[in-house]
Amino acid sequence: MLAETAAVATSGWFLEHAFLIPVIPAIAFFVIIFFGKRMPKHGSEVGIASMLAGLVLAVGATWQWIQRVESAGGADEGGAIARGMYGFARGLVPQAAEGKAEPYVEPVIRSWTWWQSGGFEFSVGQHIDGLAVMLLLLVTFISTLVQIFSLDYVRGDRRYTHFFASLTLFSAGMLTMVLAENTVQLILGWEIMGLCSFMLIGHWWEEQANSRAALKAFFTVRVGDMGLLVGVAILFGAFGTFSIQETSRIAMDPATSQTVLLWAAIALFIACIGKSGQFPLHTWLPDAMAGPTPVSSLLHSSTMVVAGVFLVARMYPVFYNGFDIAQNGNSANFIAVIGGITIIIAAGLAFVQSDIKKVLAYSTVSQLGYMMMGLGVGAWTPAVFHIFTHAFFKCCLFLCAGSISHTASHHSFDMRKDMGGLRKRMPITFVAWMVSTAALCGVPFFSGFFSKDEIIDNAHHNGYTVFFVIGLIGAFMTTAYMTRATYLTFFGKARGAAAGHSDHGDDAEEHEMEHAEPLDDHAPVLAMAHAAHGHDTHDTHTAAVAHDAHDAHDSHGAHHKPAFGLAEESPILLVFPIAILGVLAVLSGYINAAPFGIEKFLEWVEPRGGEYAPTIDHATFTWAKAMPSIVLVALGFVVSLAICRSIYGEADSKLKGLTQRNASARAGYAFLANKYYLDALYEKVIVHGVAHPIANAVNWVNQNVIDGIVNAVGKGGKGTGEWVYRNIDQTLVDGTVNGSGSVARGTGGALRPTQSGKVNQYGALLFGAAAVAALVLVLVNT
Amino acid sequence: MLINNFLLLGAVLFCIGVYGVIARKNAVMVLMSIELILNSVNINLLAFSQLHGNVDGNTFALYVIAVAAAEVGVGLALVLLIYRNRRSISLDELSEMKG
Amino acid sequence: MNAVVLASDIEVAQNISFGIIAAIMIVGALKVVTSKNVVHAALALVLVLAGASAQYLLLAAEFVAVTQVLVYVGAVMVLFLFGVMLTRAKLGVDTELNNSNYLLGVPVALLMLGVMVYVLLDGFGDTRLPADRQPVAIQELSDSIFSPYLLPFWALSFVLLAAVIGAIVLARKD
Repeated sequence: MLAETAAVATSGWFLEHAFLIPVIPAIAFFVIIFFGKRMPKHGSEVGIASMLAGLVLAVGATWQWIQRVESAGGADEGGAIARGMYGFARGLVPQAAEGKAEPYVEPVIRSWTWWQSGGFEFSVGQHIDGLAVMLLLLVTFISTLVQIFSLDYVRGDRRYTHFFASLTLFSAGMLTMVLAENTVQLILGWEIMGLCSFMLIGHWWEEQANSRAALKAFFTVRVGDMGLLVGVAILFGAFGTFSIQETSRIAMDPATSQTVLLWAAIALFIACIGKSGQFPLHTWLPDAMAGPTPVSSLLHSSTMVVAGVFLVARMYPVFYNGFDIAQNGNSANFIAVIGGITIIIAAGLAFVQSDIKKVLAYSTVSQLGYMMMGLGVGAWTPAVFHIFTHAFFKCCLFLCAGSISHTASHHSFDMRKDMGGLRKRMPITFVAWMVSTAALCGVPFFSGFFSKDEIIDNAHHNGYTVFFVIGLIGAFMTTAYMTRATYLTFFGKARGAAAGHSDHGDDAEEHEMEHAEPLDDHAPVLAMAHAAHGHDTHDTHTAAVAHDAHDAHDSHGAHHKPAFGLAEESPILLVFPIAILGVLAVLSGYINAAPFGIEKFLEWVEPRGGEYAPTIDHATFTWAKAMPSIVLVALGFVVSLAICRSIYGEADSKLKGLTQRNASARAGYAFLANKYYLDALYEKVIVHGVAHPIANAVNWVNQNVIDGIVNAVGKGGKGTGEWVYRNIDQTLVDGTVNGSGSVARGTGGALRPTQSGKVNQYGALLFGAAAVAALVLVLVNT
Repeated sequence: MLINNFLLLGAVLFCIGVYGVIARKNAVMVLMSIELILNSVNINLLAFSQLHGNVDGNTFALYVIAVAAAEVGVGLALVLLIYRNRRSISLDELSEMKG
Repeated sequence: MNAVVLASDIEVAQNISFGIIAAIMIVGALKVVTSKNVVHAALALVLVLAGASAQYLLLAAEFVAVTQVLVYVGAVMVLFLFGVMLTRAKLGVDTELNNSNYLLGVPVALLMLGVMVYVLLDGFGDTRLPADRQPVAIQELSDSIFSPYLLPFWALSFVLLAAVIGAIVLARKD
């Protein structure tokens, strides 16, 4: 049977058993929850093992999918029609598409009945196509690396086991969603992710802010999730099926009502707005940085937040025909507009953040905007490719931030207060950061260039000129704010914790230290140290004690070994994932490097065949067309860097002068003062001069308009009420009421005894009324 | 056998239950009366199930039993709470809802 | 011959047993709503519930009858007795079990009864149950619960869960 199939479209064990990929972490989750605490590594080994198993399966599935695509291509040349030979439950035989250059590659679909009720049948299954395979690989890979990173990062945490359990469950949820065969299964995975997001953001829930951030994230996303339910209900009501493939086919059918598609697409896209942090609902994502850094890295940058993008990509025919994206020169639609607004707004906000994770969070929001905009303008493949590349470099950036805070800045994320000058101390982190930043900015030959530039190019190609311009502006802003972040973190002089000042009393440090609960028998020492950390009065000495204790239960001795301000490179478990991701931040782009004519990603991932997916015209790459964005990126980079350099150079000379003139005792003071001056100047030149107006405006909009809408609704209601009271109640109604007052009083007096507040009496009235009503009905009907 | 035998029995039980709900002061007794009402409904469900030769009535009778169990659980918890707060479960004294 | 006699005999036997059980149930129910002793009322309720279970058997609903015994007579009644004891209602005669305007209940109940009796006699005057009632197969019942009525079953599960949590939240002491 296999041989027979191989002739047409190879399937294979891995493709057919791809459903095991989410099943393994799901089982691992329960193992960790129930037995994790008693295991030698407290459950983390189970999590990592399950992710590795998933990764192996995903790699196998990817390999077989590539073979399937290539063999389908070969078969097509021979005149045969690519077609899955297995009689999968829902596998629909595609109609012949003879003469088409690009053959339809049948997805590997299997489904089983999950439950049935009242004639409706709900199934679970797998829908493995290029998109699913790509995300399966991506999620398992990133999850594995992040879990390895977490080994050291959350070591000694009070809820270490639960942390790994939640991470594993998250992966199971995401993978379930990715290979969902129908929309019900998709909702299942979607909700599991929402739950895990809540649990992980609130991992340190003892801190009020964290539990608030978790609640905010949960509820904000929940607002959008209503859209998902409504959208799925609309699609089911209209098409009578939950199957994604079948839905796509009906959506592609020209006879299908465009109105239905439009409403379904709007409802579904609202869900995407919530999940992917698009413009009106993006506020939860930066707050979600309250969670541990691996969580931010995995959930809130590279995988979970792309669930919304994935949903649009997965149900693309619905959106494509619903919003009529195909219409060239249509110039705007819901998805593209939301995506475009998000790019600019989020990039603007990234300028005014001093928390490194928040810069990255806004950057994530902005990049998600790119993906959405790409989908909105019909650039399906570049948008999906951007998911792929973005996951690597953004995950890498977050892990770098985590590594810095873990090792160099004493659990602080404040770039302005606690970082700076780290490039020599943490060379690997620095290099990985630079590479990823280059990829994020879209510097040519780094991965982001190949995806982001394609989105911009296709926006132009498909006639969406406005969004072409927005994309370019976004590219410029991205470069500028990333240059600022890089400058503050790695260049200049070390400040705060990075320079060895322990008594900065930072919140982040406070709580991370507090939660470093001992797992071994150093409890008394730690308890003392924690007590010292409890109030803000601890001096260097107590902090050092705390740190000794901290070291005592850490297995890696290098961690914080010398005077801990002198940061060294992070331990190997932290650096290893960063290094791998850094390499991939460069290399991942070359799967689909248009400038070199490599379009493997396009070939492997993009669905083809007009029946299930829209046939999309692709822009062809030319360097001339790429020039504007390259120039803008370079401009942003050069301008930003030039300003930094000049300020930095000037300050350096002053510093030297001061150090030469004064005693070394005063050098420290002068240094601090100069640093402050530097910061102020930096703020004035870049932030006030260039970005502050925009950023402030955006921030203002964020704070006042969006938050204000809620208040405004309330105030509006109140105002209306007051107006009604003044004008209608006081004059009109009162007159009437006064007139009929005596009557009303009489009636009221008569009815008063019925309002006794006694339950029995109310019951008597209820049943009596029901009996009388029944009597009346009987009499009327006879 | 006339189906009215069962239906009339149900009706009588229902009305006795209604009387109990109206007349009783003790909250626990009111809950018991509600159980009477629910049981009369069950008799009707099963009688019609038999009349139409359809198993659906049985299914819903089971559901009603489960709902009744939940209701008693919550109801008695409420009664306990009320008792703890005011040392009495007389419904006559619970008249804060007075209009 | 046997069969003919049997059919009518069964009919008669069923009617007689129905009448006896129904009489017991009605008396018990009246006892529940009129008794001056809470514990007596609870025991009368046991009688009514057991009688209902017997009626279910007459209606060939074996599984529901067994469930009735297990859930009601077993669990719910124990719950009631606990409720009675924990709220320290007097175990002896309590003259104040009826509220001040209990007489309101009599006309309402009688009106309702009148309407229902009239409607039932009018609507189902001589409708007969099938004489050869087959017990409901449990398999059939489970098929019904777990396929066409799965959704209500789930909803019910959530209701029970909510009830459990709600009862704990309400009743715990802090």
